[in-house]
Amino acid sequence: MPTRTRTSADPPLLRVEGVEKSFPGVQALRGVDLDLDRGEVLALVGENGAGKSTLIKVLAGVHGPDRGRVLLGGAPADLGTPRRAREAGVSVIHQELSLVRHLSVTDNVFLGRELCRSGLVDRGAQRERVSALFRQLDMSMDPDMSCEALSVAERQMVEIAKALVTEARILIMDEPTAALTPREVERLFAVIEGLVARGMAVIYVSHRLGEVRAISHRVMVLRDGEHVGTFETADVTHGGLIELMVGRTIDREFPREIRPAGPVRLKVEGLRRGEKVRDVGFEVRAGEILGITGLVGAGRTETARLLAGADPMDAGTVQLDGERLQIDGPGSAIRQGICLLTEDRGGQGLALGHAVTHNFGLPNLDRFSRLGVLDLNREREALSGYSDDLQIRMDDAARPVGLLSGGNQQKVVLAKWLQRNCEVVIIDEPTRGVDVGARYEFYLLINRLAAAGKVVIMISSDLPEVLGMSDRVLVMADGRVRGEITDVAAATQEEVMELAIQ
Amino acid sequence: MRRLLSEYGMILVLVLLVICFSALTVTDNQNSGAAAGRELASRAAELEEVRRVVVITAETVTGTQLTEAFEDAFSGTEGQLVAVLQGSPPEVRAELAALERSGAAVDAIVCPNAVARWPLVGAVNERFPGLGGGCRVLAPESYRWPAFLKARNLLNIAQQISIIAIIAIGMTLVIITAGIDLSVGSLIGLAAVTATVLIRDLGGAREAGAVAMILCALAGVLACGVCGLASGLCVAAFRIPPFIATLAMMLMARGLALTITDSQSVNEVPESFGWLGSERSLGVPHSVLLMFALYGCAHFVMSRTALGRHIYAIGGNAEAARLAGVPVERVQLIVYTLCGLLAGLGGVIMASKHKGVEPNFGFMDELTVIAAVVVGGTSLMGGQGKVLGTLIGAFIIAVIRNGMNQVGVQPNPQMIVMGAVTLAAVLLDQIRKGNVSLRDIRQSLRR
Repeated sequence: MPTRTRTSADPPLLRVEGVEKSFPGVQALRGVDLDLDRGEVLALVGENGAGKSTLIKVLAGVHGPDRGRVLLGGAPADLGTPRRAREAGVSVIHQELSLVRHLSVTDNVFLGRELCRSGLVDRGAQRERVSALFRQLDMSMDPDMSCEALSVAERQMVEIAKALVTEARILIMDEPTAALTPREVERLFAVIEGLVARGMAVIYVSHRLGEVRAISHRVMVLRDGEHVGTFETADVTHGGLIELMVGRTIDREFPREIRPAGPVRLKVEGLRRGEKVRDVGFEVRAGEILGITGLVGAGRTETARLLAGADPMDAGTVQLDGERLQIDGPGSAIRQGICLLTEDRGGQGLALGHAVTHNFGLPNLDRFSRLGVLDLNREREALSGYSDDLQIRMDDAARPVGLLSGGNQQKVVLAKWLQRNCEVVIIDEPTRGVDVGARYEFYLLINRLAAAGKVVIMISSDLPEVLGMSDRVLVMADGRVRGEITDVAAATQEEVMELAIQ
Repeated sequence: MRRLLSEYGMILVLVLLVICFSALTVTDNQNSGAAAGRELASRAAELEEVRRVVVITAETVTGTQLTEAFEDAFSGTEGQLVAVLQGSPPEVRAELAALERSGAAVDAIVCPNAVARWPLVGAVNERFPGLGGGCRVLAPESYRWPAFLKARNLLNIAQQISIIAIIAIGMTLVIITAGIDLSVGSLIGLAAVTATVLIRDLGGAREAGAVAMILCALAGVLACGVCGLASGLCVAAFRIPPFIATLAMMLMARGLALTITDSQSVNEVPESFGWLGSERSLGVPHSVLLMFALYGCAHFVMSRTALGRHIYAIGGNAEAARLAGVPVERVQLIVYTLCGLLAGLGGVIMASKHKGVEPNFGFMDELTVIAAVVVGGTSLMGGQGKVLGTLIGAFIIAVIRNGMNQVGVQPNPQMIVMGAVTLAAVLLDQIRKGNVSLRDIRQSLRR
């Protein structure tokens, strides 16, 4: 945890008083207070739907509060628009990073506030400034590189540089580590500590309580739009935080089950695709959860995409129950019983603007229709079966799925594949963007799949999750399987990391 | 009802336009033809002193219709139809004189308004006192009614827009997949040219039989289907952006149509070729019946079939659709082919309507078609839209065109109004859907 200094005489840098905000049908914030000092990291935690995003959007000028006010340095602040919020010194780094992919790093950093000399962009000055910033952040990155080629961690650094260029005083980071490897997380934390030491205030939103405890000075807990409390991080325990967030006690974070391992069902050999996947092979038994982990770019997702037919494989064989599968595309993989729950729900899993029902029905239309004509009632009934069973919280299945919380969206994705009744279920980053309470429910569902004798492959960067849920873990690096951990209960995160970074 | 309004909010705009043009075109009207005959029969029956009646009309179709309808309705009453006179004023004068000589008494003359203005009819009691002297003239009464809102005009509107509306079905599907098809205007020309040239050269020209004409028309439609398939292949297999692929097809199809005809018009088709484009059944033009039937089918496909869902899914999130097993490329092929086929059908209707073809048929019509789709609430970003919304959009455009003609706006200013209305309609739709609020607009202007 970084050190912090506070002189209590000054007004806090940021103060939020009794902010309320409601949307049609939802009271998103019910009287939230917040104080933030210079040089402080305040963690903001709560389940999805607790109001974190709404609070961030109020601070970022996206939403105006219905009631209450926001003070900056003791004076009421006008955060009416995102632009004015930025000018007032509030910068937000969203979970879905917002860089223009085809532009260079420098162009992105100065986007909208280009340094100009006599009306023309002064590229030299911009490049110098960016280089200086990168030195300050202890980064080595070519300022002329196209952002397309950057890793998620590198893009995040570009976002931070962007915030520094605007002379932000308050940096809000929404789930910054969701797609980072542990090493990258450490780097990020070092950067945050550097910023804080220079007087920046950071609001750090995350589901990962371990990280929250490592980086923050204080923790603010929201639940159902209410401000449960703000605590000195040192004073609260991990379990205590979870209880505050969900309002009930959770005994175990991971509901591990002991299942008898059945016969080998899935056998993968010699899987290859270019440089990304090189000779990957493994077996999965009935009722077994196989975890696959590794650093970002290790080839985990790429392997999953080959199995699901999303990309064509250069070589390799896939056998299910002794029969060799011929995978020619996603449709063919699905028909042969392999489905993939992608890590990027908005980009690949769901059409966010379309109704829940339509998203649910998409891979199952052949089963809901006769001669191409849909039986809408059957589709609706099937969905309502799952929404009860999986406890999907939604008021109207005809409304866009994008209005649901991350956890509920993930459940809709799961429901559509459960309905398909695939034998091989590959789940990429199952709990990315899913909150603690909903995570547990989701783990139970994964266990149910395994108990039903399905082949479950779980890809995750979250080491406690992989070790807590899998029966066996494969560690990948550089497109290859680098090691296998069979005694998961006795394994440590350090062992996994050693395999991953060798 | 609320759901209907939220999905088809543009219907409000349509209703508003209809009200507006109705108010602007209120004029004096009189019934004519069969309606006049029925009106006069019931008025004659109500008057107790009217028993013996003479019908006088000019030698016109409406005159005959009036007579027949009057005879039909009047025969059931106690009245007596003394004579039916049809002809020019001198002929009628001679017959009235003959009637007078025969000593017949007449209580009333029933006639259309034009005939009532003839001097010999207006002054019948003075000119022909032998008819009894108490003869009154019954002509249809005037009433105030918007010229715009007459059944005939409304059917005209439907007929005028039917071609655009039919093609707009295909365009809606293409746009929902986040594509666009700029070639439809040229395909109209290509289909019309193909069908008529085949009739001229192979089908027997002006003596062509029905089967030959149908086959030639089908060939025209299919030719456009092949063009659509080619565009679809470019988009689905070669990943050429739809704008470019169909722009190329637009040039090629137009060039082909001009080459085939050597830029000349083709008129060697039988009179009966006009059956589809200009004839009516039960008073409704065939092209309008076809339009409604096609919209019914398209609505069913889009809301109740797997294909419809796939089309929406591709526009909503192509990658998610692909990973869910949707055969994205195949659906794109189907959609562009359908769009081509419908454009071809539109071209055949246009050729039939004009009983011949100019090779520049359909020039720039792709823009009207796209406007109809967009005004109908379909998003150019794909994934969102309704076929029936497009029908409403097409009617909005038709109503504005027709209404402006009725009000007397010249063609050049009409274009300005069309553009402005298209913008306004889409802006209204954005606000209604909540994509933009007045507050947002104020803010973006201030920025």
